[in-house]
Amino acid sequence: MGKLFAVVLTIITVVATAIFVMRVWWLPADISVHGPWIDHQLMETMLSSGILFVVSQLALALFVWKSGDRREGRKIKIFPGGAVPMVVLATVLVGAEILALTFVGSKVWASIYQTPPDPNSLAIDVQAEQFAFYFRYPGADGKFGGIHPELMNEASQNFFGLDPAHDTAARDDIVVPTLAIPVNRPVLLTLRAKDVNHAFYVPELRIQQDFVPGLVIPLHFTATQPGKYEIVCTQLCGLGHYNMRAYVEVMPQEQFDQWLKQQAAQQ
Amino acid sequence: MRTHSIAVLATVLITGGLARSASIVGAAPPRPPGAAGTISGKVTYTGTPPKMKPIDMAKEPNCVTQHAGAPVLTENVVTGPGNTLRWVLVYISAGDQGSAPATETVRLDQKGCQYIPHVLVLQPNQPLDIYNDDPHSHNIHPLAKLNPEWNRSQPAGAPPIHTKWEQPEFIPVKCNVHPWMHGWHLVVTTSHYALTGEDGAFTLSGLPPGKYTVTAWQEQFGAQSQDVTISGSETKPVNFVFKATPY
Repeated sequence: MGKLFAVVLTIITVVATAIFVMRVWWLPADISVHGPWIDHQLMETMLSSGILFVVSQLALALFVWKSGDRREGRKIKIFPGGAVPMVVLATVLVGAEILALTFVGSKVWASIYQTPPDPNSLAIDVQAEQFAFYFRYPGADGKFGGIHPELMNEASQNFFGLDPAHDTAARDDIVVPTLAIPVNRPVLLTLRAKDVNHAFYVPELRIQQDFVPGLVIPLHFTATQPGKYEIVCTQLCGLGHYNMRAYVEVMPQEQFDQWLKQQAAQQ
Repeated sequence: MRTHSIAVLATVLITGGLARSASIVGAAPPRPPGAAGTISGKVTYTGTPPKMKPIDMAKEPNCVTQHAGAPVLTENVVTGPGNTLRWVLVYISAGDQGSAPATETVRLDQKGCQYIPHVLVLQPNQPLDIYNDDPHSHNIHPLAKLNPEWNRSQPAGAPPIHTKWEQPEFIPVKCNVHPWMHGWHLVVTTSHYALTGEDGAFTLSGLPPGKYTVTAWQEQFGAQSQDVTISGSETKPVNFVFKATPY
């Protein structure tokens, strides 16, 4: 029975490793400027934790193969000092690995999330609510109108709570449920949540950021490939969470200008 | 034996008396034949109404396909040719001399990520069936305040929801999955009501002689009332004009 368990463990280890090595379920191709840093960090994490996984699983299989079957009269060997030093050693080893990965990884994370955005970024407001995303462009005046939560009204499509009757800056704001951005131009999103926590995740952009009600969260990136990509909410936000998505359309600048003009006409 | 007979006699007398007074209170007054009047007119606006904006349903591709070529427009203010207003409820808000309870089932459809009809008028306890005709889930959420508020998920192919409203109330209805879906359930005690179409016209008929208050209600512009006296089988013209603002 012990030997069978050792064989099964080995098979699991080999198959699981092969899935990663052959990239069966891998991330989609990156389309962002900062993406290579994320991918590099991800690869380092996978490699270090992967090596540890393979070594520990195979060691376990080896010990199970050698000592799995109980034989009469044989003394059971224990870890020197008993269970406590073993658990302490394991915790220290795993903790050291996690700390090392966090330390290296946080540098990459900070270089993306903690750096100031390009001053020429295209500013877009994002509002997340159960269960949709809405995007706001400042319109011809280049200014966003103020937000008044008490004026939010889905029936009249006033998702951001704008007050165009009194606020002239709000009159030309363009509100749409699709995020269109020009290719190779830095974009600065400002994330707001209307109700509960949500998340903005575009795997191709290597961007994932939570929305937190009451917080205004900046997020900046530059897309490098035109195309249509899905934006999904990755924070369980309620019954319709499964259906909370939108699309980001990356397009050449001229096409973007045309698109924006078209949307402005429909407001 | 004698005591028993007195008790029976008293019960008969009391019950009979109650029944008689109940019939006096509950029955509609006899309507002279041919004396029913009508109130009819139009609902229009002055000023600039908000634009009817196309609704982008990008997150629900099936609904985009259903409305391909003709996107659904916002319905909070729907106007027609000649400055008419659609989806305005015109009803007798005072002076109604008693209406029989409505028993026919009212139907609400969720189709193409839209409530059909946008405004539903019904009487207290009138049966209401809610259908999901789309190949995906909806979550209907009437934001009632006097009646109990509820929200129910209705997946594709689920049986209709059978419900009713007990109290008169104007209830906004939204879908918890599709934020742009919006409608109204207007619960009124009178059976004398009309909902305007694109031509803004309404007719309230079968009104016995009497004094009435006619109210027109529009979801964004609010309510207006007029007093009307019907003295016989006549048609009284009544028009409502709402002041529209673009925002």
